[in-house]
Amino acid sequence: MNKFLATSLVALTASAAQAQELKLYNWFEYMPQELLDAFTEETGIAVTMDTYDSNESLLASLKAGKLGAYDIAVPGDYMVKILADEGMLDTFAPEEMPNLGNIETQWLTVPFDEGRKSSVPYQWGSTSFAVNREVFDGDIQDTAIIFDPPEELAGKINVLDTSGELLTLASMHLGIPQCTSDREQLKALNALVTGAKPDWASFGSDVAKDVLTSGDAAAGMIWSGFAAKARGEGAPIEYAFPRQGVIVWMDNLALLKDAPNRDSALAFMNFMLEPENAATLTNYAQYSAGVTGVTEFLDPEVADSPEANPPEGTKTVFVEACPEDIQVMYDAIWTNLKK
Amino acid sequence: MAAMAPGGASGSDIYKGNAVKLLLPTWLVIGVFLLIPVMLMAVYSFLTKEFRGGVIWEFTLTAYDQFFLNRGLFGDDPASIEWTYIGIFWRSIWQAGLATILCLLIGFPTAWFIATRDARMRTVWLLIVTVPYWVNLLIRTVSMKFLIRDEGPLNAALMWSGIIDAPLGIINTNLAVQLGLFYSYLPFMVLPVYAAVERYDFSLSEAAADLYASRWTILRLVILPVVKPGIIAGCILVFVPSLGAFLAPDLLGGAKSFMIGSLIEEQFKGAAGNWPFGAASAMILMAIVMIVLLAYARSQTRETRT
Repeated sequence: MNKFLATSLVALTASAAQAQELKLYNWFEYMPQELLDAFTEETGIAVTMDTYDSNESLLASLKAGKLGAYDIAVPGDYMVKILADEGMLDTFAPEEMPNLGNIETQWLTVPFDEGRKSSVPYQWGSTSFAVNREVFDGDIQDTAIIFDPPEELAGKINVLDTSGELLTLASMHLGIPQCTSDREQLKALNALVTGAKPDWASFGSDVAKDVLTSGDAAAGMIWSGFAAKARGEGAPIEYAFPRQGVIVWMDNLALLKDAPNRDSALAFMNFMLEPENAATLTNYAQYSAGVTGVTEFLDPEVADSPEANPPEGTKTVFVEACPEDIQVMYDAIWTNLKK
Repeated sequence: MAAMAPGGASGSDIYKGNAVKLLLPTWLVIGVFLLIPVMLMAVYSFLTKEFRGGVIWEFTLTAYDQFFLNRGLFGDDPASIEWTYIGIFWRSIWQAGLATILCLLIGFPTAWFIATRDARMRTVWLLIVTVPYWVNLLIRTVSMKFLIRDEGPLNAALMWSGIIDAPLGIINTNLAVQLGLFYSYLPFMVLPVYAAVERYDFSLSEAAADLYASRWTILRLVILPVVKPGIIAGCILVFVPSLGAFLAPDLLGGAKSFMIGSLIEEQFKGAAGNWPFGAASAMILMAIVMIVLLAYARSQTRETRT
């Protein structure tokens, strides 16, 4: 009899745990396990997480039928707008998100999610490039490091394998606007990247840190937090804030439409807006939180990292989502580059 | 002929009338896992692309037009032949073909060696050949990368022994891709060739030798015709997956140039989000493979007739 009771109790708790779950769809290497454990301990909600490697592959898999399978995804700024336009995001009322007030003012009113109806900040940071200082000790504060590299770096450069960030940085190097329809500018952009390609050793996003720590590449386009991690792992690199500017982005926890566990999702988003939790994430990912009151919980080396603290006057640019007739031309440049 | 053989006739009597029912599972598997996906892909390749992935249900030939005709960066130049995608296909076919030849050159002697051991050792050798393949392909490809990178053990050993003074610089080249393909698919060659060689009756070689055939003649006129089906199966098993491979080009080749696999992947997963074009590329690839196989089959039937 006792045994019977025990078994049914186990079965009961198991089914209760099953009811309380959360399906998270996140970037690779972007979530510390301790944070998921802390959330499960606090709420009893079990979290399962799948990962992707670019905003575009997130969109592709949601379009291919994954919508309804996940509660939360972590799209970047322009992708939040695209997902919303595609009708893939659910909205929440401010009352459902008690910690909404913890969001830093500059990240509360954002063009990609007016009034924060579908998403809350996850991490924000910048994209530029890092250089191995043992290989090259000259001036690195110029995008020419990637597009017209000095002799020491030529042939030893890794660039991100995403057309959005690579072509945006190239546009900044040329001083032309994004999503331009000016033919001369597009031709110049095409000529710049095809001309620079022989100087690049590889295209890779998920390996961007690894190639720098292993020494396979002496310079590489990289995200700020990834560069900080590479430096922490002993790579003798410096992250650049070039004169032409850096790409700034914010990844957001976005509530997906048809979320199977909407309540769990809201609980998790609210949980991540607690300064202490946002700080745990920041200490791991080494970008910045976009949440107030985080500083006191940060590791000093993360709070003071050169990657997360751009010098005064650094120009910043968000990647823009181009309209269809213009995006086609950028796609053609990208294919031409990789043919 | 087989049906006329004793036992064959009574066997087919038992199943008479049940043939359709008994074949049902086969048709179900072929239908669900082969025909429906291929039909779906064929249909998608003729649909209009939806911005950022997806399709609009309007018939068009745009995807095939994009593949074969070049209309310039802005799409309004007079149409000329588009070499971009043909070039990408050619690069992949060339790489896959070379990998197949390399696998055959190494795989045939290996299979021969294994098949000529005694029964117990054969099992051991086969195990040794297959064990690495219990590990996931991705992990093996990454390991290969660690091995051949400039700071890796291969270069370190060669430099330590004084054979070279600077790293070979293999990583991120076509040679690295080739190495990756060869390593990934070698057992697909060894196993079918082994199966063919194992059935080979070695007294045929002795008989040929007794009739003063040279070693080369024996190989060419006696052994090869017998083990040919195994070699063909091995070649197809290596060539076809090599053609669509994208792990080796991405990880070992530095993803600098599209291969067929990565071109198609980009259409579904990348910024382009052009599903009809991805489907059309896949259809064209399939057509090429089928034409090659059909041509081979025809040449075979002609050979047996003469």
